[in-house]
Amino acid sequence: MKAGIVVFPGINRERDMAIALERSAGRAPRMVWHRESDLSGLDLVVIPGGFSYGDYLRCGAMAAQSPIMGAIRAHAARGGHVLGVCNGFQILIEAGLLPGALLRNQGLRFLAMDCHLKVERADTDFTRHYQAGEVFRAPMAHGDGNYFADAATLDRLEGEGRVIFRYATPTGEITPEANRNGSQRNIAGIASENLRVLGLMPHPEDLVDPLMGGEDGKPLFDSICAALAA
Amino acid sequence: MARDVNQALAREFGLSADEYQRVLEIMGRVPSLTELGIFSVMWSEHCSYKSSRVWLKTLPTKAPWVIHGPGENAGVVDIGEGLAAVFKMESHNHPSFIEPYQGAATGVGGILRDVFTMGARPIANLNALRFGDPKLPRTKRIVDGVVRGIGGYGNCVGVPTVGGEVNFHPAYNGNPLVNAMTVGIADKTKIFLSAAAGVGNPVVYVGSKTGRDGIHGATMASAEFGKDAEEKRPTVQVGDPFVEKLLIEACLELMATDAIIAIQDMGAAGLTSSSVEMAGKGGVGIELELDQVPQRETGMTAYEMMLSESQERMLMVLRPDRQEVARAIFEKWELDFAVIGKLTDTGRIVIRHKGQVEADIPLDPLAEQAPLYHRPTEETPKPARLGLVADKAGLGPALRTLIGCPDLCSRRWVWEQYDYTIGGQTVKRPGAADAAIVKLEGRTRALALTTDCTPRYVLADPEVGGAQAVAEAWRNITATGARPLAITDNMNFANPEKPRIMGQFAAAIRGMAAACSALDFPVVSGNVSLYNETEGRPIMPTPAIGGLGVLEDAAHAVGYGLRPGLSLVLVGTTEGWLGQSLWLREIAGREEGAPPPVDLAAERRNGDFVRGEILAGRVAACHDVADGGLLVAVAEMALAGDTGATLERGGDAAYWYGEDQGRYVLACTDAAGVLARAQAAGVPARLLGSTGGAMLTLPDGDTISLAELRRLHEAFLPAWMDGRES
Repeated sequence: MKAGIVVFPGINRERDMAIALERSAGRAPRMVWHRESDLSGLDLVVIPGGFSYGDYLRCGAMAAQSPIMGAIRAHAARGGHVLGVCNGFQILIEAGLLPGALLRNQGLRFLAMDCHLKVERADTDFTRHYQAGEVFRAPMAHGDGNYFADAATLDRLEGEGRVIFRYATPTGEITPEANRNGSQRNIAGIASENLRVLGLMPHPEDLVDPLMGGEDGKPLFDSICAALAA
Repeated sequence: MARDVNQALAREFGLSADEYQRVLEIMGRVPSLTELGIFSVMWSEHCSYKSSRVWLKTLPTKAPWVIHGPGENAGVVDIGEGLAAVFKMESHNHPSFIEPYQGAATGVGGILRDVFTMGARPIANLNALRFGDPKLPRTKRIVDGVVRGIGGYGNCVGVPTVGGEVNFHPAYNGNPLVNAMTVGIADKTKIFLSAAAGVGNPVVYVGSKTGRDGIHGATMASAEFGKDAEEKRPTVQVGDPFVEKLLIEACLELMATDAIIAIQDMGAAGLTSSSVEMAGKGGVGIELELDQVPQRETGMTAYEMMLSESQERMLMVLRPDRQEVARAIFEKWELDFAVIGKLTDTGRIVIRHKGQVEADIPLDPLAEQAPLYHRPTEETPKPARLGLVADKAGLGPALRTLIGCPDLCSRRWVWEQYDYTIGGQTVKRPGAADAAIVKLEGRTRALALTTDCTPRYVLADPEVGGAQAVAEAWRNITATGARPLAITDNMNFANPEKPRIMGQFAAAIRGMAAACSALDFPVVSGNVSLYNETEGRPIMPTPAIGGLGVLEDAAHAVGYGLRPGLSLVLVGTTEGWLGQSLWLREIAGREEGAPPPVDLAAERRNGDFVRGEILAGRVAACHDVADGGLLVAVAEMALAGDTGATLERGGDAAYWYGEDQGRYVLACTDAAGVLARAQAAGVPARLLGSTGGAMLTLPDGDTISLAELRRLHEAFLPAWMDGRES
């Protein structure tokens, strides 16, 4: 698998993502500066977390207008895989590659804590190394992760099986207490119609090493590496 | 706009009559407004350390592993494998009281710059915070703003905030303390310094544009310099963490080339202090053309540009043949890059603006004749030792109160607003160990980081309190298994012109120096913040210590969370010292007595023993015994590991809540082995109890469920700040 990590000014979790990808893929990903326009040869394009352009406008809004988004859209349109985490998820939404919006957390505070994610389906290229219904732990660190969409969109996402991760209790219950940022229907991660564009708020890339407290996030990277191994 | 420069204006700028006289002698004429501004900031307490320098010189600053001690932008120590840790702590107290969010945010930004200026990538932030009485609504507003500000800046620049401390006391009602610490990592052969060199070499300005923010700090009566309200701006600067992130990346990219000869961030006193210090340290002259300075506002005067404290700016001296390489890097990161001057052989700083010479000052006298005061000191009388205090509460009720009191309750509400996992190297997070453990990317090695001070001890006995602050930092690092290397100190005191306050400072330094020597734990950087008092009410003397240690293998680090099936062993001597303890304050309602003495020889012996046991893999968890005493330490261990404990019978409140120093609680499988080795090493140790279950069984037979203990421990901050029970 050839992965590339897109770096906009203000992105700050690109190193974490590179470590996680290299751990699963056995090779370092390519770092792609936002002024580049050629993504050819990449199987997976990752937009990592951070504060692109300071998030001074709506989170992700500036990056979504960046020229490289054209190449990312084209990559997705070709059926290429795209992963957006945290600010990356916000950017994918602002770019229209995923539906909905990410609002301020319901408590209006930045939330840095571990959350538990329930895997809604394990038959995607990003989740095949998890079991359906499995719960895993992931750090989250965001101020604007409150997933919102209108009821019709939410129903459509659910109907099409595009809700991939939900905030849950450690035992897998979908409760308001487990949903600290206030997301609609506890949604933590969603995918495109072809399930090849995935966006999620938490950071599985920060939990891929027992020394850091666990490897809960590693199956996500193992999954996409296995899916794209060729 | 124009004002006559005279003694009255000099006083307004904070210069005494003697100091102004010295300016006149150096200049041989009446200085210009810009020149007076430069003298006044360079000779300010903040930049010149004029009251503290005589005492700071007495601190131990050397060890075989110290690469750069005090005097550079930050301290530098060798951490092995060809790497150096670069670190420093700095205060932003006054701005944080006026404007808590921006005050704290720019405090973080400033200390980050001190570290990456030296060529280090910042890998961790910590902060030591002291706030006033929680009962005051103003305290709540300040806590909220400071925590948001630290998070807002640190989270955006992408440096994990991994540790620190929070205390409350009415002495900080009018003057909170915000001390921010940054730790960075560099190749030890590629440390960048600020001494300029090479006559004719270009002086380059990079980063944000210069505005009128922060001009001349609080001494300035801004109304007299502005035509309208637009210019009556607060003296607090506004931070832009996005630009800081770009500046970090651009500087580190440039530092990988050989373009930089010298580099200095523009911190306090901005362009003035950076240019004066770079030229002064290099023994060269410097000429600046202010028309070339990137400006955010129109019509700025030379005085305003030289005194502006706009954030996220750096000054560099470059190799002329690498200027375009550097320009390309800063253009890539979309940052301003401007050649604003050059080095000369005149030994003077010459400032030109719009064709006029606005300042022309000889550099040597500006530095060498800077005022230095040996201010009168008055010793704090030694407090009487506390007599017997009746325990009217009992062990269980006292624990229930203490574990939830503002100074001992969980800090979760604070750290959950700080990104502490970014970077993917955080081995021990906040609340997991006595020091934060951050691994070095791509290596097995890790750093142990802590901040410590117990101001109530320092107030009661400044010398003992100064020693205790250093010893506790050393102990917290030791309790993770790491080897303590060095400290940075942030000396927060009140008005040094009062002999009692200057006496506190001198005695605290004496205590710190003794502890630094005995523990081989030198001071490599620091900051002094004086005049911390409002309406004549001084803060408690607060020499905050930032400690750094190293672990060769991050996997050896231990936290303090208990697991079931272990024995608890207490290392160290327990006399039952209740003077200045939290039990005395929270349970008996008294703040008195002498603080616990610090036996530095015992401290070292006990700590070296504990570290040896940890590194031999014989310790599952370890916690130093600090605020609240032994029973609080065990309760914290139980909560952190979600595992109960049963304590041996016996002992009174003094035994279980006394704050005797030099103690650790170890959880281990082979207590007999630990006790035998302790005895052989001459280290006092005893069996304390065993772990398991979901209850804490106290020495008097009382039991408390972990669920209840957790509810009490977690309640205060969320309930107080957000009206939310945890």
